[in-house]
This record gives sequence, C-alpha cells and structure tokens, in this order.
Amino acid sequence: MPSTPASTEPRLCVRGLTVRYGEADAVKEVDLDAHAGEIVAIVGESGAGKTSIGAALLDLVDPPGRWNAERATLDGEPIDFARCHVRGRDISVIFQDPQTALNPLFSVEAQLTQMLRHHERVGERAAKARAVEMLEEVGIADAAARVRQFPHQFSGGMRQRVVIALAIACNPRLVIADEPTSALDVSVRGQVLDLIKRLARERGTAVLLITHDMAAVARIADRVAVMRYGNIVETASTADLMEHPQHPYAQMLIDAVPPGDRTISRFKVPDLAPAAHSGRSPDTWLRAEGRDSDTGAGANSGPVLQLEGVTKRFALSPGLFGRGGRILTAVDDVSFCIGRGEAFGLVGESGSGKSTIAQLVGALHAPDGGTITFAGKTLRKTSKSQALTAYRDGLQMIFQDPFSSLNRRMRVGDIIAEPILTRRTASRGEVGNIVGGLLERVGLPANAMHRYPHAFSGGQRQRIALARALAGRPRLLICDEPTSALDVSIQAQLLNLLMDLKDDLGLSLLFITHDLPVVRQVADRIGVMHRGRLVELAGADALFDTPKDPYTRTLMDELPHRHTHPHPAGAL
Amino acid sequence: MIAAAAPPALWRAFFRSPKAMVSAAGALLLIGAAFLAPITAPHEPFTLGTFNLMDSELPPAFMAGGDPRFLLGTDMQGRDVFSAILYGMRISLTVGFLAVTISAAVGTLIGLVAGYRGGLLDAVLMRLADVILSFPTILIALLIAGIARAALPQAAAGEAAIAVLVFAIAINEWTQYARTVRGQTMVEARLDYVKAARVTGVADGTILRRHVLPNVVSPVIVIATINLALAILAEATLSFLGVGMPPTSPSLGTLIRIGNENLFSGVWWVVVFPAAALVLLVLCVNLFGDWLRDALNPRLN
Repeated sequence: MPSTPASTEPRLCVRGLTVRYGEADAVKEVDLDAHAGEIVAIVGESGAGKTSIGAALLDLVDPPGRWNAERATLDGEPIDFARCHVRGRDISVIFQDPQTALNPLFSVEAQLTQMLRHHERVGERAAKARAVEMLEEVGIADAAARVRQFPHQFSGGMRQRVVIALAIACNPRLVIADEPTSALDVSVRGQVLDLIKRLARERGTAVLLITHDMAAVARIADRVAVMRYGNIVETASTADLMEHPQHPYAQMLIDAVPPGDRTISRFKVPDLAPAAHSGRSPDTWLRAEGRDSDTGAGANSGPVLQLEGVTKRFALSPGLFGRGGRILTAVDDVSFCIGRGEAFGLVGESGSGKSTIAQLVGALHAPDGGTITFAGKTLRKTSKSQALTAYRDGLQMIFQDPFSSLNRRMRVGDIIAEPILTRRTASRGEVGNIVGGLLERVGLPANAMHRYPHAFSGGQRQRIALARALAGRPRLLICDEPTSALDVSIQAQLLNLLMDLKDDLGLSLLFITHDLPVVRQVADRIGVMHRGRLVELAGADALFDTPKDPYTRTLMDELPHRHTHPHPAGAL
Repeated sequence: MIAAAAPPALWRAFFRSPKAMVSAAGALLLIGAAFLAPITAPHEPFTLGTFNLMDSELPPAFMAGGDPRFLLGTDMQGRDVFSAILYGMRISLTVGFLAVTISAAVGTLIGLVAGYRGGLLDAVLMRLADVILSFPTILIALLIAGIARAALPQAAAGEAAIAVLVFAIAINEWTQYARTVRGQTMVEARLDYVKAARVTGVADGTILRRHVLPNVVSPVIVIATINLALAILAEATLSFLGVGMPPTSPSLGTLIRIGNENLFSGVWWVVVFPAAALVLLVLCVNLFGDWLRDALNPRLN
C-alpha cells in the first residue's frame, strides 16, 4: 500500500510457507506480505492452493495435512498458535457460505457476545451493546432489534454481513476472507465487497482476500498474488496486474476474464491440446439436412423458437395428495423468440425464473399458460407425451453442474451415443465413429469414450455433456448456466468452443446465466428476468450501453468495469 | 462425487474386514450345506422306512449312550437331528430367498414408478405402504397363513405351505424397498442427467431401467441382505406358532416347535441344536448385511 512507509514491519509477513498433504505440496515455499489496512488478494483456479494458505495461517490445516513456514509474523511477532486468542482476536476469518458459518440455533446476539466475552474482559451488558454497534457498523439497519434474531431470519447478503461483524468484533490484526462473495447473489456481492474494503481502511486491518473472482479483485484489492500449482507466480498492484501482467499464466488468467464493457470475438486462451485428429469430423453428420421436420421453407425462415405469453406456476406447500397450498408464479407472461443461428441470453438473479424457462423450453415442465413453438411444433398445457417427443426433436440442453449431468454408471461413449440411438440418426455401425468424432470436436481424445465420468474434471465433463448435446443434432441448444461451476480459464475455453459451434453449425442458443460479462460475449440479444417477468429485451450492446429498465440499471451498476481502475488507497 | 463404492473398492474393503470375511464364510458354509442336504446329510430323515423307532431319543454322539451314527442325536421317532437340521435349513432358506427376491423385485418396481411419476399414483401407493407398515409383520403373516389353512384342503395345505409363507412375508417387506427406492428415485430424477435423457426423448421406461435403476440399486442390495435374516426369522416364528411348515417337511422353526414340546422329557438336543443353527445362520447373514450397509454407505466412508 503506497501510504505505508516501506521501513515499518508489514502487518503480516510470511516466508517459505509450505502446506503438504501426504506426498503432495499444496503450497510450495510461498512468501507473502500484507500491511495494515491493505487488501491483498490471492487469486488462482481451483486446486492452486490459495485456500490452503488461509488454512495454514489459521492453523486449520486438516490432518493428515501439515504446514510449516520459515517465518510467519504479525507485526513482527511470530504467530504462536499455542497461545490462546490467536484465532478470533489476532486473526479472524470470513467464510464463503454464510449459510453454514453461523450456528442456526443461537441468536446473532449470542454469537457476537460469546465471541467478545471469550476474547476480551467485558461484561454481559457491555458485550451486548458492542454487538449492536458491530451490526450497525456492518450496515444492518435497525440493529438493536435485529440483533436478537436468528441467522435464518437474515437474507444471504445480510447474513454475510453478520459473519463479517463476527470476524471484526475483536479488532483482529488480520482477516482472512475466503471467497466471501461466491455464495451470494450478484446484486449484493458489490455491497459486501465494499463493506470489507471500508472496514479494512477504517480499522487498519490487513485483509487476505482469497478468491477466483477477478471482478472482486479489481473492485477492492490493493495488491494481487497470482497462484498456480502451489506457487505464487506473480505479485503486483491490482492496476499493474490488470494492465500489464508479466507472467504468462497471469496474462492468460486476465485474458480469460470476460470484460463487461465490450464484446470480444474469442477469448485469448490456449485451447485444449487438440486431440490427435483421426480425420473423422462429425460436422457433415451434424449438418445433415433432410430431417423430416426440415421440409417446408417455414422451418428455415421464421424463428426457431417462439414463446408467447408463457406462464408457469408451482405449488409451494402441497397438500396431502399434492393439491392445494400456496402458489408461486415462477414465470409470468413471458414472450420472446430466437432466430436461426442466433444466441439469445437470459439473465437474472437466482429465483428470477430463468431456469424455469429453460425447463419449459426443454419440455421438462408443461406451461400453465401460453404456447412455446419450436421448429414449427407447438407445446401447450395439454400436450400429450407423444407430442412432447416430437417437439423435443432437435432440442438439446447442457446444465450447470458437471457432476450431476452425466450418469456416473455409464461409460462416456454410451452417454454420448444415447441421443443417436434414441433418435436413430445413424446406424449402429456408425455410432462409434460419430461418438469419437464428437469427442474430438469438443477437444477430448476419442478414446475417452471407454471411460466413466469420474475420470474427468469438471471442465472435461462439461465438454462431454456438450458432445452428448451435439449427438442429438440440435438446432437449439439450451445452456443453463453452463460455465458457472467452472474456473475462469476453463470457462473461456468452453465459451470459445460454444461460439465456434454456433458459427460452424448455425446453432441457435438459449444461454441462461447470472453472469453479465459472460452473456455479453455470447449473446446477440439479451432478455432480463426479474421475479418471473421479462423486464427488458434488447440487443447485447444496447442493453449494456443504454439499459432502460430500472432493474437492469441496478444490475449494470454491479458490473466490474466501473471499478477496473481502483484509486490508490491513499486517495480515499 | 458421492457414488456408492465401486465394485473393486468393495472387494478391497471386504478383504480388509475380518467381520465381513468371517460372516460371509459362515453364511456360505451354512447355505451350501443346507442346499446340498441330500449329499451332506448322513440320513434321509423324512423318508419313511429309513429311520427306526429303536433309535429314538438317542443323545448326541459325544455323550454317554450316544450312537456314532447320529452326530447330534435323534428325536422321538428316531430321526437324525443333524440331518433334520440340514433339510430344515434348506426349507428355511428357500422361503427366505424367495420372499426376499419377490419383495425386492416388487418393491423396487413400485418405488421406481411412484418416485418417478409422483402425483396421485405415488400418493396412493405410499399410503398403501403406510397402512401395511402399521400392522406387525407377524400379524399379517398369521392372518394369511391362517386363511390359507382354512381355505385349502388339508393335503394341499402341506404342499402350498412354502408358497403361503413366501407370500405372507413378502407382502410386508416390499414396503421397505418401495420407500427407499422411491426416495432415491426422486433424488436421481431431479439430477441433470435424467433431464438430459428426457430432453433427448428417451422413453420413461428406458430412463428408469438404464439411468435410474443402476443408481438406486445399492440400497436395495443392502436391505435384501438384512431382510433375508428377517425373513428366515419370520418363517421360523410362523412355523414355531404352528401356521408354517407342517411336521412332514419341517423347517428350522418346525423342528424347534416339535423339540420344544418334548423339552421337559430331557431330550434337550432336539430343540437346542436346531435353535443354535437358526441363531448362527441369522447372525452370519446379519453381520454380513451390516458390513455391506456400512461399506456401501458413502456417508460413512
């Protein structure tokens, strides 16, 4: 931090920190400094070892894991975990999931006062007064009343504020924030990050921000350490790293972050090593026209998908025989269409109804009102199962969770072959060749077909899911948050692949996400969902540059590009 | 990745657990000896003319007055107790295996359909299961066995005894499979791989058979193992109460009942050895079932 004189001892000084699980080093000889009031981000992809650093500094490395450091000091004194009060008073932590970080059986007041009374000599009454002050400080309105409430009575963002209040209650010298916003809804992430930054500045607390979210880093961090395979490959000020990353991996990481302020055609990430190509490209098979539904000119000119006044309601508390109870209108009178070869983005917070639309279009639920027309076949409330099967021809879906989207008891080859065999789009003899070709098309070796899903990483599984979807020869591919479970570089590779497939095959996409920068890169037009309604629909650039609906504008205000150039801390 | 232990891992766990190996060996030994009774048994205790009243009530061979021909002694009619146990265990195991197979098949099918379809069908099937579960097993079995006895002529009753017992036990036990499979099916059916298959247009029956069934089958195997022991006990109880196997083709339960009637005349071996065989068999099967449940339960691993 520029305002800290270089001569003073840094708040946190770590040299040669190693964390070892069995034979593998999760963290290798890492050096790290953090000054008072400074926010140092540790970024990296899953498995880089960033969480292990946090665990080591709290002495919470799970056995049989072990950690040691040549030097680990707070204000020049060695951190000694044999002394009590190190955790909580000197070093405290903000966990990822506020759902599980608070004990649901105790009121917020009880949890805060316990913390205070454990570490400081304060009376019950003084501790209660401090608890209210803490809640006020983290921006919880009506703190005096809310302090008596239980964790479940707070929303996700508010609960994370309570966790932060707990973390700073005893004025710790160092706070370790491990993915503090990943479990929160997009619309509150910015506020929580700003709160952490304000508290660090006001109280002079050093913060280690452990995250994979480059937007969060850009928003509040002063310095960034980039980790890969347990090493810190680059440390720089946030602005320097964002503008001129030195290490190739840091460069790749920055390039993989989708920018919110402009559209780029492809991410500059190395694609997966192209598999040894056997020359059996499946593209001719994929493009094969002359499918029975393709006859009239109508199928080629009009929109591929059209939703008119679609409504879906769910019963919230079903009665004894599944009837009656409260009703939630998940999708309320939504209309839009998707043209041939068009990518349509649908954005919104969790619970806005965007995933329900994916399921309605995929005919996994019947709409309660309105019609959905796909390639000339119409789906309505009364459609019978035969009509459903006909409707779904040419429709495929990929999902968010790469672990539940593949049957763990089936070989990859059988998984991908299923759509081909179900629709009889190729003879049995050809299937093996096509499956191999599809695997290579998505950047996996053809021999992956003989293995089971557990042998693959999340990104690879998502590619397998994509290959399965392609095996259905889709005209419309529904992508329901396909990248939100993936690391940023894997996300960039998958998005590149999706855009290639869209261009090469004339594929239409319904792309559902909560991630605005991602949807900007992928979609031609974007619809914004809020509480079941489509509040705005516009071309991608128009929506980002001149949002019209007030809700869209609040979403745009959360975008990281307004914060890419943080002011030096001293300017605050 | 919370999948059940893969088969190779299961074998490794098996060979690391003395409890699993001992109980499996014991169960296999007993089951093998019972089903091979015509070979393993030294006598044919239920063929008239092969036993002699002169040999009645002989004590076990290792006791004073014992006859080396009869290892565990003889009963009141001069039949070899050891052979009777082997043949009796064969009947007990037959009833047990049939009851478990039928209830597992029916229960799994009902659970799959109820869990996947949901709605009214699910509600009706599960309320039916609730009603059945609110009766004690033995009460329903007594009822069915009693009705069968009254309805069928005396001669046919003996012939049909096994079928009646299997039905009486299975009608109660399918509910356990149905409930477990239904719950698991509801979880699996919500997972994305099932949705993907549905979007692809795979027929519901194929989805259940190819996708859901392999993912819900491990709890069925565990319940089946534990229920085998329960079914053997239920059969023994019914036969002991006199509504099970007739004395002409006795199961372990029948042997215990016959022996029990003569217990106070001092011929203890006629009741103690069949009872011990029953305990040993049930214990081995139960221990193995317990181990299997723990080994297949991902949360305990």
